[in-house]
Amino acid sequence: MANTTDATITSNNKEQQVAKKSESLWSDMWYALRQNRPAMISLGVICLLAIIAIVTTIWPEVLPYNPYKQNMPQSFQPPSAEHWFGTDQQGRDLFSRVLIGTRISLTVGFSAVAISLSVGVTLGAIAGYKGGKFDTIIMRCMDIMLSVPSILLAIAFMAALGRGIDKAIIAIGLVSIPEYARIVRSQVLAVKANDYVAAARVIGDGNLRIIFRHILPNVLPSIIVRATLGISSAILDAAALGFLGLGVQPPEAEWGDMLGRGRNYIFSAPYAMLFPGLAITITVLAFNLLGDGIRDALDPKARKR
Amino acid sequence: MLKYVVKRLLQAIPVLIGLSIVVFLLMRVFSADPAPVVLGEHATREAMDAWRDAYGLNDPIWKQYIDFLWGALQGNLGESYYTHASVTDELMARFPATVELALVAITIASLVGITLGVFAAVNKNTAIDGVSMVLSLIGVSMPIFWLGVLLIILFAGILHVLPSGGRIDPLMQPRGGTGLFLIDTLAKGDTKAFVDALRHIILPAAALSMYSMAIITRMTRSSMLDTLNEDYVRTARAKGLRKRVVTTHHALRNAMLPVSTVIGLQLGSLLGGAMLTETVFAWPGIGKYIVECILKSDFPVVQGAVLLIGVIFVTINLIVDLIYVWLDPRIKYSKEEG
Repeated sequence: MANTTDATITSNNKEQQVAKKSESLWSDMWYALRQNRPAMISLGVICLLAIIAIVTTIWPEVLPYNPYKQNMPQSFQPPSAEHWFGTDQQGRDLFSRVLIGTRISLTVGFSAVAISLSVGVTLGAIAGYKGGKFDTIIMRCMDIMLSVPSILLAIAFMAALGRGIDKAIIAIGLVSIPEYARIVRSQVLAVKANDYVAAARVIGDGNLRIIFRHILPNVLPSIIVRATLGISSAILDAAALGFLGLGVQPPEAEWGDMLGRGRNYIFSAPYAMLFPGLAITITVLAFNLLGDGIRDALDPKARKR
Repeated sequence: MLKYVVKRLLQAIPVLIGLSIVVFLLMRVFSADPAPVVLGEHATREAMDAWRDAYGLNDPIWKQYIDFLWGALQGNLGESYYTHASVTDELMARFPATVELALVAITIASLVGITLGVFAAVNKNTAIDGVSMVLSLIGVSMPIFWLGVLLIILFAGILHVLPSGGRIDPLMQPRGGTGLFLIDTLAKGDTKAFVDALRHIILPAAALSMYSMAIITRMTRSSMLDTLNEDYVRTARAKGLRKRVVTTHHALRNAMLPVSTVIGLQLGSLLGGAMLTETVFAWPGIGKYIVECILKSDFPVVQGAVLLIGVIFVTINLIVDLIYVWLDPRIKYSKEEG
């Protein structure tokens, strides 16, 4: 008898645990994400990059060399024990420059997404929720931005605004707004048709409350996935602007800019092109894998595959 | 159908007018004065003023825009600040190079992408699937210009088997014709020139195709996985058809619908977005030209080129939509799409 009771208690405990686990979308997602090894490795890589960015910013002495200091006699040293990644045309240590460049790339990635996310979600929510004239005007504006490839628009913005990392963030953030607005609008349209939204309205909830309490939480998963993948495309776009000479002001170290400068010495110093490119690819890959992982974790249908 | 086409065309007009306004504002209002850049820092104030007068830059901004729009409607996009050549002519001279590169790239991307995607889906969760997914992930994560540089270092710098840039040996360049060198050289029966053009286009096309290839692979795989789970595929297998027949005739055919849309959209962005690849490989197309002109503040060219690319982009998207409707009769074209 006692045994049976014990067994019942244990099974009850287990049920409670299971119930607790599936309490929220987030714990559910985290649980599924933890099973996804590539995504977890990517998360680790991103944390490592973030640590590198923070540490090199507040404590630049950890870098083996001053990343901005020219040292002409040391120009174009191939990789060695002294200079792991070699030196560039001005004799600056590439390892130090690649490390300090992490900060700019991550800053651009996160800040640009913050811009496009906040503006895009607001516009998309208004368009989807209000409908009518608002919808037409907002979405036609989005169509205008989508009528040319986003990188071309970003380049045109940079041409007008001038160089600088702040301007690159604005340009990249602006050109990605339509993607978020479109996703949010279509999701809002779908969610809006649900009975619980009608119910909320019946009991007298205002528009803002309905949007924030009932609609946006349902739209959140797809926004998070989009934003994670958005960071990777923002980093790629920033690198492209830097490569074309439209990014940072010298002597700032930015991966794309380093590639652009190394291009003139492509055959004599190929290593100058290798490591910054590798850094971009690893960072972008990590955000892509994490974004894919989050999407799978949030979408049970995809998870089964 | 005709009604739908007309409606879509009418919808495209305000979008393109909007684009022209955005580009115009960016280039004429928010940009710094081009006069000192074009004439040099040491030009006198009078010279700069005279120069601005000649290009109508002293007119009120609305008049400048109306002039620009009126010209654009007649196919006149103004003239370059530097060469004084007609922007329309300059763009048209470079357009075939961009088209040729985009077409070769999209062909590579589609062939490789669909093959990889089908193999990945059929052999789901095996090594083949893994490899193709890793390839497509790297494809979307690698900066195209970096891949281009790596290809140049390897094939031109180390192996010395392919040229590092350019479109064809200038001595072999075909005159007249379509402007697509691969076709023109073949039409003239000039095999040597054809091979030379082919050798020049391989690396840029490979680099440019990488991103689209990755997207097409992923799309084909997920679309194939959907159709492979359909009842008609199981029925086809149950009635004893061979796996290969079912895969190609039943599953792939139906899976191609979303894939064809992706291919169309990718072609649109390749036509307008090859700025980086063209710059890396010194490919004399529109993309490289835009970058050069942006760097030296040649705004009429940038304005015209962005507008031209917008027209191409919108047109291709429209064609893709129409093909989609045509391929899938279940979609009603009267339906309002988001």
